[in-house]
Amino acid sequence: MKPPPFAYVAPRTLAETLEHLAAAGDDAKVLAGGQSLVPMLNLRLARPALIVDINRVAGLDRLVTENGRLRVGALVRQRGLERWAAREVPLLAAGLRLVGHVAIRNRGTVAGSIAHADPASELPALLLCLDGTVVAESRRGRREIAAAALFQGPLVTALAADELITETRFELPGAGAGWGFHEVARRHGDFALVGVAAVIAREGGRVARARVAVFGAAPTTVRAEAAEHALVGHEPTPKQIAEAAEAGAAALAPVDDLHASAGYRRRVARTLLERALTDAGGRGAA
Amino acid sequence: MTGPEPSVSRTVRVRVNGERHERTVEVRTTLADFLRDDLGLTGTHVGCEHGVCGACTVLVAGEPVRSCLLLAVQAEDTDVTTVEGLADGDRLHPLQQAFWDHHALQCGFCTPGILLTMKAFLEECPHPSDEQIREALSGNLCRCTGYHFIVEAIRAAATRGH
Amino acid sequence: MGARYFGAAVKRREDPRFLRGEGRFLDDVTLPGLLHAAFLRSPHAHARITAVRTEAAAAMPGVVRVFAFADLERWMKPLPLFGAPPPGLAAAIRFDLRQAPQYPLCRDRTRYVGEIVAMVVADSRARAEDAAERIEVEWAPLPPVTDMRAAAETGAPLLHPEWATNVAVGFTHAIGDAAAAFADAEVTLEETFTIQRYVGMPLEGRGVVAAWDRRDGTLTTWNSTQVSHFVQQGLAAVLELPPHKVRVIAPDLGGGFGTKASGYAEDALIPIAARVLGRPVKWVEDRREHMVGAAHARHQVHAIALAARRDGTILAVRDRIWLDLGAYNVWGIVLPYNTVAHLIGPYRIRNLHVDVKGVVTNKTPNAPYRGAGRPETVFAMDRAVDCLARRLAMDPADIRRRNYIRPDELPYDFGMPYRDGNPLVYDTGDFPAALEAALNAVGYDELRREQGRLRTDGVHRGLGISGYVEGTAIGPFEGATVKLDLSGRVSVATGAVNSGQGHETTFAQIAADTLGVPLDWVTVIGGDTAAVPFGIGTFASRSAVTAGNSIADAAHEVRQKLVQAAALLLEASPADIDIEDGRAAVRGVPASAVPLARVIQAAIPTFARPGVVSPDFEATAYHHVPTVTYASAVHVAHVEVDVGTGLVKLLRYVVAHDCGKVINPLIVEGQVHGGVAQGVGGALYEEMVYDESGQLLTGTLMDYLVPTAMELPPIETVHLEFPSSRNPLGVKGLGEGGAISPPAAIANAVDDALAPYGVRITATPASPARILALIEPRRL
Repeated sequence: MKPPPFAYVAPRTLAETLEHLAAAGDDAKVLAGGQSLVPMLNLRLARPALIVDINRVAGLDRLVTENGRLRVGALVRQRGLERWAAREVPLLAAGLRLVGHVAIRNRGTVAGSIAHADPASELPALLLCLDGTVVAESRRGRREIAAAALFQGPLVTALAADELITETRFELPGAGAGWGFHEVARRHGDFALVGVAAVIAREGGRVARARVAVFGAAPTTVRAEAAEHALVGHEPTPKQIAEAAEAGAAALAPVDDLHASAGYRRRVARTLLERALTDAGGRGAA
Repeated sequence: MTGPEPSVSRTVRVRVNGERHERTVEVRTTLADFLRDDLGLTGTHVGCEHGVCGACTVLVAGEPVRSCLLLAVQAEDTDVTTVEGLADGDRLHPLQQAFWDHHALQCGFCTPGILLTMKAFLEECPHPSDEQIREALSGNLCRCTGYHFIVEAIRAAATRGH
Repeated sequence: MGARYFGAAVKRREDPRFLRGEGRFLDDVTLPGLLHAAFLRSPHAHARITAVRTEAAAAMPGVVRVFAFADLERWMKPLPLFGAPPPGLAAAIRFDLRQAPQYPLCRDRTRYVGEIVAMVVADSRARAEDAAERIEVEWAPLPPVTDMRAAAETGAPLLHPEWATNVAVGFTHAIGDAAAAFADAEVTLEETFTIQRYVGMPLEGRGVVAAWDRRDGTLTTWNSTQVSHFVQQGLAAVLELPPHKVRVIAPDLGGGFGTKASGYAEDALIPIAARVLGRPVKWVEDRREHMVGAAHARHQVHAIALAARRDGTILAVRDRIWLDLGAYNVWGIVLPYNTVAHLIGPYRIRNLHVDVKGVVTNKTPNAPYRGAGRPETVFAMDRAVDCLARRLAMDPADIRRRNYIRPDELPYDFGMPYRDGNPLVYDTGDFPAALEAALNAVGYDELRREQGRLRTDGVHRGLGISGYVEGTAIGPFEGATVKLDLSGRVSVATGAVNSGQGHETTFAQIAADTLGVPLDWVTVIGGDTAAVPFGIGTFASRSAVTAGNSIADAAHEVRQKLVQAAALLLEASPADIDIEDGRAAVRGVPASAVPLARVIQAAIPTFARPGVVSPDFEATAYHHVPTVTYASAVHVAHVEVDVGTGLVKLLRYVVAHDCGKVINPLIVEGQVHGGVAQGVGGALYEEMVYDESGQLLTGTLMDYLVPTAMELPPIETVHLEFPSSRNPLGVKGLGEGGAISPPAAIANAVDDALAPYGVRITATPASPARILALIEPRRL
């Protein structure tokens, strides 16, 4: 399992990087964390002519909050965000803790996992749940893409071949918001069979705002909008949550694969929606 | 085009276990193969080449990483620790000693990766519960021991104040 | 003779090199001028090959040669086959047995994805792989057959047309009168159980290095194999050399488990390449190759029925058994007969009827893997017993108490042969004691009470029991040579091959005790055919019994020679000589003690005198082991099932086992733990999945799920010790036992946890999807 031959370049600036991507187009692949790309190289499932290693590019590793938004530079490692989030945004920490294993998270980047867009992975769902966007840059310019528009299919995003995610952005949950995160995987650290990330904000005891993202149950991560609608304006009682979970699961269109059937995913999505929404209801301020 | 040009081979300068090395390699060479074949440090083992088994784990800047998922050229100007860097001459590292005392290895193939992963883990979490130990271990597969004595060894090493 | 080391929890002597990363595994072997091989493996499950064109590949950078069948025709001999019934067995049972030859390279047909079509040798593995992609093959696909029961039916596509069937092994056997027992039975229970295809998956894959020395016509090969002498014999035939000109060295093995105890194409191809090219060649199996190229295992269907009285006494068992052997029947009657011989286990069942079909399909060929038919058969029996218990409203512990063979019934003669053709007679053990020990250790009664309380809170916990009796240490021998050097240090050479079970320590313990020397005076060399001329290898939990007793015999002989020499040197009677801690002394006269080096020195002739005895302080022994000795255990699993997701959490796992006399309790426990871990994998996680066209869907470790530390609980072991009556050391085999009962114990525990739903687990792995699918229609 040795990679096929390729050329390699390690630019030092973003401009150089974008030049290479523009010149090579589909024949180039960006190497950031490498935890998804290098296995594909080793298995010869990816055969880029050029690997553009962005790990030496200055200025891409900032992790800052401003105006209620978290801005995560392209080279921020999953482990780095996990450590920060443990203190600041427990929803992110809970999800990140289940991304592979520590050795993977020490190299894997937040942006890389999002760009890879595996429908059973945690970070795209967290991005969607937290109304996230990505900043995509190319020699042609710069644009911000909302999570819902970014993920188009399994391992397929709206990014063009010459575009690089330079930053991912998450809306920070408000101070009184409650969160829940549950997933089912065959073993600890595996891709999820199905999972749910949820944030609920209440006002006067009733749900004012709900964001629920489901992963592993569709070609991309999806918002469980039926569940959200079933909650907004109501108190998050067990009965209401059960109805919301039922509605959310019914709207899913999961697929069969080696590890679980569509029926299983739908059924368990319902269970996990219930559990995540119960946690979120219990955690936040009334 | 400004900046460095693409190439198919490159010279890598890296510090491994405190010693400087310089070699020219095909860019497609992984760090695991570089350590083993170019530097002759065969203690790092290759079990899967797709980042799952953890046998190839080394420390880069003190953090455990899968050396099968790093290109050697990415280790340029970094500090790498392999299992060969754990003992101090004849004196085994306390983790190595604990593994010996507690029969925490059988075939020994997974052992280097686990030692390095656990070294970093205990530095970050010096008093772990068994559950925390198991979670930290979960990225390293062992097919021989069932992990039972490995957990005991790590607990013992932590208790001894490693 | 002291017993200073035997039975002691001695730290392993081999550990320092592994801890330092200084082990010498196959890929660590390097030679000047080494070339590297890669293979083109069939992407088709079943196809004719009409052309292979290698010119484009041969022209690639770094390539030395590309070989297809036609290029190596003179070297192409069939790979070794095993498992013909020994005379004693063939006399008792009529086997319908077919074994077809497999050649190291496909000639004009491939029968499984992964079968080797061509070999590339180049200056690096990467460049060999680049070239392998450029080999052009013309395929004419043939219909694949992938279901073992469909394969056995008339009209199925044939893998080996000359057979006119896909049934490679067929036989029936009966003891007592099962038909009468079923006719009279108060209760019968029928069910079909499916055990999935799962495998050893050692962390280190296979590998071969070969070097041909033209000067003395010797082929030396390092092979990550458990059976160096088998490989040697095969190569001697292929290369047309006398065996002593073929040296096979097993280096440190990163696990074996039986996967490395079969005969493989690569064992021959790499030495052939070295011979033809006149340069050393290395092949290291990568994980993707391993998934399709290394032997598969398990994969059985049992349609089993029990006949019983209402009080739970089991009168008879009937079992129709299918085995999916993969594309070639490499192992003959071994797996099918092992399955039958271990079906009844610890139960007092005098009436049996089995009907067995081992079938070939278009999959990677099977070989014995830790347990070798026993896990599958125990799953069928122990699941059936639990289902029967449930039918009779009996606790699973009670039905076993009623039916387990009692120690006063031993030796217990089944009235049928074991696989070696000798009578199947349980020698020693106490199965009821193991049952009680396991139940006590887990706190069975208290956990039952807790189960009831938690159920009302919607928490579903369950207990599952499984026991086995295992024929261990198949013979007929494993030799050992014990040799002293001038200083009295000892080298022990044996054909047994270490793959993590601590031979360098346990065998040294035996030798050190027998000779009377310190443990660290003893070095053990295994798996080198140059060190021992005749050997078999390590599998079937055989080495402590076979090699261990040979080492004791040989060391005893050497000790006698030392005693003779010391007696002459110290002017005493041999009966008064003690050897302890590396010194010989006259008993009761401590001042007379001399180091063994002096004794040896006294035997060496000088100009002035001959030695006191001939300085022949070495001996070789081949202890005869005509039949197996019976180890046994009872396992108890305690699980919790999440009925919302189908996930199973293993809370506790207890093993109460007997492996006869224990050489090193630490190593014994380690072997139990490791076996249990693999059993847990089979119970809940691991499966090699093929689609209907014979494509392997589980192609990497992302999909073949080896348990991590998070999926396993601490494993609690209770030791019982019932020495074997069949060898002087009183030892029994141990390596496989842990892997036998977990699937049954865990499935029993899941059924028990889900009793309110009335589900019945009939297949492993008991995945969350399977469990939820069983619960869903029965939700309260």
